[in-house]
Amino acid sequence: MTARAYLDHAATTPMVPAARAAWIEQSERVGNPSSLHASGRRARRVVEEARESVASQLGVRPSAVVFTGGGTEADNLAVKGLFWAAGEAAGARRVLVSAVEHHAVLDPAQWLADAQGAALTLLPVDGLGRVDLDVLAHELTGPPVAVCSVMWANNEVGTVQPVHEIATLCRSAGVPFHTDAVQALGHVPLDLDGIDAATLSGHKIGGPVGVGALVVDPRRDVTPVLHGGGQEREIRSGTLDVAGIAAFAAAVEHAVRGQAERSAHLLGLRRALERGILAAVPDAVLNGDPGERPDRRLPGNVHVSFPGCEGDLLLMLLDAAGVDCSTGSACTAGIPEPSHVLLAMGASLAAARSSLRFTLGETSTVADVDAVVAAIPAAVDRARRAGTVSLRTV
Amino acid sequence: MRAIAALSGGVDSAVAAARLVDAGHDVTGVHLALARSSSSGGRERGCCTLDDARDARRVADLLGIPFYVWDLSERFEADVIADFVEEYAAGRTPNPCLRCNERIKFSAVLDRALALDFDLVATGHYARLVHAVGGVELHRAIAAAQDQSYVLGVLTATQLAHAAFPLGDATKEQVRDDAQRRGLAVARKPDSTDLCFVGDGDTRAFLGSRIGRVSGDVVDAVTGDVVGSHTGVHGFTIGQRRGLDLRRPAADGEARYVVEVDVRTSTVLVGPAALLDVDEVVGIRPTWTGAPLGDRSVDVTAQLRAHGEPIEARAWMEREELVVSLRRPVRGLAAGQAVVLYDGTRVVGSATVERTSRRVAA
Repeated sequence: MTARAYLDHAATTPMVPAARAAWIEQSERVGNPSSLHASGRRARRVVEEARESVASQLGVRPSAVVFTGGGTEADNLAVKGLFWAAGEAAGARRVLVSAVEHHAVLDPAQWLADAQGAALTLLPVDGLGRVDLDVLAHELTGPPVAVCSVMWANNEVGTVQPVHEIATLCRSAGVPFHTDAVQALGHVPLDLDGIDAATLSGHKIGGPVGVGALVVDPRRDVTPVLHGGGQEREIRSGTLDVAGIAAFAAAVEHAVRGQAERSAHLLGLRRALERGILAAVPDAVLNGDPGERPDRRLPGNVHVSFPGCEGDLLLMLLDAAGVDCSTGSACTAGIPEPSHVLLAMGASLAAARSSLRFTLGETSTVADVDAVVAAIPAAVDRARRAGTVSLRTV
Repeated sequence: MRAIAALSGGVDSAVAAARLVDAGHDVTGVHLALARSSSSGGRERGCCTLDDARDARRVADLLGIPFYVWDLSERFEADVIADFVEEYAAGRTPNPCLRCNERIKFSAVLDRALALDFDLVATGHYARLVHAVGGVELHRAIAAAQDQSYVLGVLTATQLAHAAFPLGDATKEQVRDDAQRRGLAVARKPDSTDLCFVGDGDTRAFLGSRIGRVSGDVVDAVTGDVVGSHTGVHGFTIGQRRGLDLRRPAADGEARYVVEVDVRTSTVLVGPAALLDVDEVVGIRPTWTGAPLGDRSVDVTAQLRAHGEPIEARAWMEREELVVSLRRPVRGLAAGQAVVLYDGTRVVGSATVERTSRRVAA
C-alpha cells in the first residue's frame, strides 16, 4: 500500500523513537520489580526512575503517579475508586460527569448508577462543548458528591474545558475532582496543580498501547478496582510492565518538552486543513470552539460536518483515497452511532451523522493536509448522492 | 468491476466474495447491520450479531479486501419488519427474506453502491445469472437442493443487471469445502434458519409483542361450532396444524388445519385438509425479471414456497392482477406469500398472493 495520510492521531499515534528505544532496551532484560534479588531491584529502579521522570515532567510528587494498563483503566480507577472511597468515608452517593466524556468515564459512571446505587448527573455543555460552570456550581450545593469528572480536552471536537475553574469549584465544595487528560497531554500545557486525579495514556502521545497512569493526590483515598499484589500504592495490582512504563516515561518527557513547538506546528496545519476544506466544500460546518487558544481548543483537532453526507460513507471514500480519519469514537462492531458529544452540544441527528474528525500529530505534514483537501470534493460529491438515495423511502 | 460483497458472517457470502476476488474484481466487503433491539441501546442485535460482524470482518481480512459495517437498521425496520408485522396483523403470511432482497439488499444497498461508483452487489444466494442477448436472466441454481432463486424472484431487470451470485453453480458441500480450502473460519458454521430479526426464534411471541394480543374463537369451518380459543390471530397461518389446542376432536376424527384467518372478528377457522386445496391463485404487485406477462396465457411453472416444488400452470394478467391456474391443487397457500413463475429454470417474475380459490369443489 502506498503512503497514507494518517489524520487519526486522537485514535492512536506512531511511537516516538525515544519510547521505542526505551521499550526495546527493557524488553531485552529480565526482572520483576517486586522481586527481591538483583534482577528485581534493577527492574524496580527502572520503574521508579520512570515514575520520577513522569512526576517531574508534570510537576507532581512521584508518589502521585500510579501506573495502569492504559487510559481506560485509569478512568475506571478514578471514577469507581473515588466513588467507593467517598462512599465509605462520607456516605456521598452522587456522581457528576460531563455529558461529553469519553466512554471510559461515561460508562463506569453509568454502571455506578445502574449497579451501585449512585445518583448520576450529566453536566450539560454549550454549543462549543464546554461545561456550564453555573450548573456545576449549583449541582455542588446539593447532597454530597462522591466524585466529579470532567475531561481536560474532548477527544471528538477538541474543546478544552475550564479545568482549573472546575477544580476550584470542586475543592471549595470538598468534592474530589478527576480529569481525563488523555487528549490534552502534549498538545496543551498541563498544569495539574489543584487537580485531585488525572488520567494519562501512553499511545496517545507516542508511547505504547496498554500503559498509562492515574496521577492522583497521595492524600486521596482510592478504593482499588483490581485486587491482587497491590504493587502500585495498594490501589492498583498487577506485575509492573517495566518496558511499557519506561517507554511511557520517555513518551511523556517527549510530549511535555516539545509541547509548545508541537502545538504551533499543529495549529499551522489545522488552519490550512480548515481553509482547504471550506474552500472545497463551502457549506461544510466546522464544529467545536473556533478559537486557537490552548485553553479553548486542541491545536490538532479539525471536526467538520458535511451537510447531506453520511460520515461513515465519507470515511469509506476517503479510506479508499488513502486518507485515514474518523467519524468519532470507534465502536467494536464498526457500527456508526451518532456521536453523544455532538448531540450533547445540541447538534441534530443528521448533523451528528454527517461529521468527520481529522486529528493531526507531530509527524503530520503539509502533504497530509493536501491529500485530504484533494480527496474531499469527490468524496463529498459521491457521499451526497449516496446519502440521498439511502435516505429515500421506497 | 467494482463490487460490494454483502458479508453476513456466514459461509455462503464468504465464498461468494472470495470467488469475486478470484475473478479479478475490485471487491469491498460490507456487513449489513439490519435489526437491532432499541431497548438494549443498540448493543445487542437480534440479527447479525456481533459475532457475525466479527466473522464477516475476519473473512474480509483473509481475502485482503476493505471491510465496513453499514447500518441499515432504520430502513430494515421500515421496509421489512414493519411490513412483516402489518401483514401478519392483516391475517396474511409474508416472506420477509424476499422483501429484504427487494427493498434492502438490491435497493438500499444497491442504490448506495451505485452512487459510490460501484458496479455490482454480490450475495451468497444460490442462483444463476445468465447474460443473454435480451438482457440478464435469473435462473435456478444448478443444485436443486440449494436453489434460492425463489427469494430473488422479486428482482427486476435493472436490479439484476447490477447483481452477482457467484454460487449459482455450486453445491453447499462444494462451498463448505472451498471455504475450508481457503482457510475461512466460517467453513463449518451452521446455516441460519430462523428469521434474522427474531432473536430467540419465537416468531409468535415477537408478533404478539408488536401487534398486541387480541383473543378470539377457533371455529370449525364445516359445523360452525366454536372448538377452541386463541390469544391472537397472528399466531396462525393457513395450513397450520400444530398449536391449535382444540378442545374437541372433529366428528370425523380427521386432523384439522387452519383454513381461514378473519382479522376483523379475530376468528380462526379450522377444517379438514380438503378445504385447503386450491388451484387458482391471484397475485398482486407483480414484478418481472424481463418482459412482463400479458393477457394471453402462457405455460409456466409456479413455485409457492421457498422450498416448495414447482407446479405446472398457465398464467396471465387480468388488469393489474396476475392469475395463475395450477395444473394440480396445492394445499394450504396463505395470502401474503409469493408466487414465483419460471420458464424452465428461468425466473419470469413474481407476485404477492392476494386470494386463492378452487375451480372444482373437492
